[in-house]
Amino acid sequence: MVPIPAEQTIAEPTVSEDAVLEVLEAEAIHVFRETAAAFQNPVLLYSIGKDSSVLLHLAVKAFAPAPLPFPVMHIDTGWKFKEMIEFRTRMAEELGLDLRIAQNKEAIAEGVTPFTHGTHEYTRLMKTVALREGLDRYGFDAAIGGARRDEERSRAKERIFSLREPGHRWDARKQRPEFWRTTNTRLNEGQTMRSFPISNWTELDVWRYIRKENVQIPDLYFAKPRPVVDRDGTWIMVDDDRLPLREGETPEMRTVRFRTLGCYPLSGAVESEAADLDTLIYEMGASKMSERSGRLIDGEGGSSMEAKKAEGYF
Amino acid sequence: MTTPTIDATSAEVDTIAPVVRMVACGSVDDGKSTLIGRMLAETDSVPIDQLEYARTTRRGGSTIPVGEVDYSLLTDGLEAEREQGITIDVAYRHMDLPNGRRIIIADAPGHEQYTRNMAVAASTANIAVLLVDAARGLRPQTYRHLTVCALMGVTGIIVAINKMDLVGYEHATFEELAGGVKAAAARLGLEDVTAIPVSAVTGANVIETAPDKMPWYHGGSVLEVLESWNPPDVDNAQPFRLPVQVVVRADGNFRGYAGTIANGTVRPGDKIAVADSGQTATVASIVTYEGEQEFAQSGEPVTITLDREVDVTRGDLLSAPGEGQVQPADKYAADLVWIGEQPMAQGRSYLLYCGPKIVPATITAVRHRLDVVEGHKHAARRFEMNDIGRVEFATDSPIPLDPYDECRETGGFLLVDRVTSDTVAAGLTRYALRRGDPNIHPHTYDVSEEDRSRLMGHDGKVIWMTGLSGSGKSTVADATVAALHAQGVHTFVLDGDNVRHGLNRDLGFTPSGRAENVRRVAEVAKLMKQAGLVVIVALVSPYRADRRAAAQIFDEGDFLEVFVDTPLAVAQERDPKGLYKKAAEGDLPNMTGVGQDYEAPENPDVRLDGQADVAENAALLSQLILGDD
Repeated sequence: MVPIPAEQTIAEPTVSEDAVLEVLEAEAIHVFRETAAAFQNPVLLYSIGKDSSVLLHLAVKAFAPAPLPFPVMHIDTGWKFKEMIEFRTRMAEELGLDLRIAQNKEAIAEGVTPFTHGTHEYTRLMKTVALREGLDRYGFDAAIGGARRDEERSRAKERIFSLREPGHRWDARKQRPEFWRTTNTRLNEGQTMRSFPISNWTELDVWRYIRKENVQIPDLYFAKPRPVVDRDGTWIMVDDDRLPLREGETPEMRTVRFRTLGCYPLSGAVESEAADLDTLIYEMGASKMSERSGRLIDGEGGSSMEAKKAEGYF
Repeated sequence: MTTPTIDATSAEVDTIAPVVRMVACGSVDDGKSTLIGRMLAETDSVPIDQLEYARTTRRGGSTIPVGEVDYSLLTDGLEAEREQGITIDVAYRHMDLPNGRRIIIADAPGHEQYTRNMAVAASTANIAVLLVDAARGLRPQTYRHLTVCALMGVTGIIVAINKMDLVGYEHATFEELAGGVKAAAARLGLEDVTAIPVSAVTGANVIETAPDKMPWYHGGSVLEVLESWNPPDVDNAQPFRLPVQVVVRADGNFRGYAGTIANGTVRPGDKIAVADSGQTATVASIVTYEGEQEFAQSGEPVTITLDREVDVTRGDLLSAPGEGQVQPADKYAADLVWIGEQPMAQGRSYLLYCGPKIVPATITAVRHRLDVVEGHKHAARRFEMNDIGRVEFATDSPIPLDPYDECRETGGFLLVDRVTSDTVAAGLTRYALRRGDPNIHPHTYDVSEEDRSRLMGHDGKVIWMTGLSGSGKSTVADATVAALHAQGVHTFVLDGDNVRHGLNRDLGFTPSGRAENVRRVAEVAKLMKQAGLVVIVALVSPYRADRRAAAQIFDEGDFLEVFVDTPLAVAQERDPKGLYKKAAEGDLPNMTGVGQDYEAPENPDVRLDGQADVAENAALLSQLILGDD
């Protein structure tokens, strides 16, 4: 054998952040177009968060110069941050969205709140059931969502096109293998589809894309002095007077931001100085916690995402 | 959207693919989870809370002390498989390399029964990392994975000869195994193979090279090779292909064709052809949200406008014209990876999906089944789950498909079962067997079907009676025809037994034979209907998929499915032809209801009680037929 010098160096051209984002964007636009064209009555699920904001932006790009070819649905528990609802109204106006609101009115009438029920049951009633009812009411056969494979371990197995059985049940064994960009979009009676255009994105990709494309997002993601209480080691924002204060709890002003947005009593804030995207992205690189760690919903049970999905959660 | 700065004229630009799709193959025993887990952890591609979980949680059988990271836990996904300690499906993960490149990992399980998952994972991969256990050597698994990679078009192979720590980091062992894999790869036409000696457990040659342990190895670590490896140059000279996903219509008569470029490049001014119809036009513009774009290439989602009005709908393929144009054909040779739980039925009609294109297709011949370990070709008549082999198929109308090796997106297709809607096979087009004959055009008759109806005094119609042998189909058909005839209706009965004496005497009673029998009878019934007759088909036609395919060649309302519902015990008792008796004696293995299932219609247009009075049933049917007019 001819001896090779031990100090072999490998030339390393580098890849820019934007080049990776362009590949991810291309995949997402393809999924949007396929969903819009292959199904009778698709809908974009819009949760007002950063992932939804990116989805909305991608959808606009996918069909330009035509307007969005499908409606947008928000699952409103009634406990979202005030700022989120204001943001929703503004976006709907600016983009001329056909906005539908889904709510479990029955549960609300029965007085279900994040304080009366455990997080698992609350989520099931206010989000999973509301979602199922909303989809059924309008007869949507495909729902586009912002789930990503990096969110949680069981999501790594999720397809880009995820089949749901009658009753919106997710059955691991029924998931269709995905070859190339060709998708089997055929549905049997009662079946529906979920499609996830940003499956292969990471949380950091989402933030970098927001920066690259100037995507509008709610201000809650940026650090600002906000009234919070320390509850079981998590900062909870006192967004309105419906939050029952426990003994010894006094709201105090802290400079905090949110990594994920949901129902305000269930969304933990983190102390941060990140008031702009650059700082925020820098901070993310330093912390490296998975974003769902700030979400109180997922805490119960080791594989709670999988269990929730089987019930019809997104 | 901005275009990546690669230009057709300067394809040699010093850029590397920003995103590389990788398939990880090998079994848990080979140490795959540990290798992947370690790479994910050491490139900071997993959140620290998941890392913490892998530090504190232990599964039964794990010998790794609590406090150290059990890397295999990072790649486990579902609760069900965590309990069993195996991976049961393809999982997708991302890895960020130090040079900014993104690796999307498709993690395919290694067990034999999951060849299909391996094929899924390999279908989009550019490169494979193939694990070989140095202590156990090359195994059937290794060959299976190499074959599937070659078949699915994975061009680069990194062979990680793992567990070098168990063989004393011995150079000779590595060379022997590497040589064996390279020889096998060469036979499959895989040229780009890199072998790396690694120890996933100690980390040697995973992220960094380990000259202290293997001074004889001078190549890069797995991570280094993944950083510098590049897919074969994007050959922009390849002919343009754009499968149209959506026709975008907007204000001011805007009409654009949107889809993801499958091959080649496009610029305004380029000539294109609609492959399906042969019409040609010139690209007027490439429209994006940000404005017009001067150039786009393979992989980019675009919306293009044309200089003139042509007939283009979703599913059409826009192609380079002339030499680079893909010609539609209605018969192809292809390799199939069978993934359906039900075995393949030759002669049955499936739906073929290629990108946005959907067309009914029938497997007309099975050439061979491939032994993915030995590489031999075996004679076969059908495929079962995880089988791979060569078939011929025909489509109902000509479609343009490229050879898979020239373009994955326009040469790869899915076969979908019409009843279950499950994907039953992934197909790789090899070559066209019969181009659509441009000289065959459906002739338009001067005397139309409507003209004939007027002369007949009624419309043509097909009544399709299905049911067990001995259920009473022929008896009811005869009585119905007698009643109709008396009222001046022109009728004919296509009876299963009679048809099998002539037109279909070459067909047997296997599921494939029955599928073809149903297809031919449906086509004959269609001709008779066009001639103005009311046709009553009396055919066991036991399979739903076949009946559905038959119904689909008719317009709605022209075809009525009638289920003659007679319990098997009653039919067996009647046994007018003595067939059940023979079947009971083992002489008729394919007897419906005995050796083969009868799939009763779920929603027939009419359900007749096979035990009711024949005259009553006939009256019911003729009333339905007459009343419809």
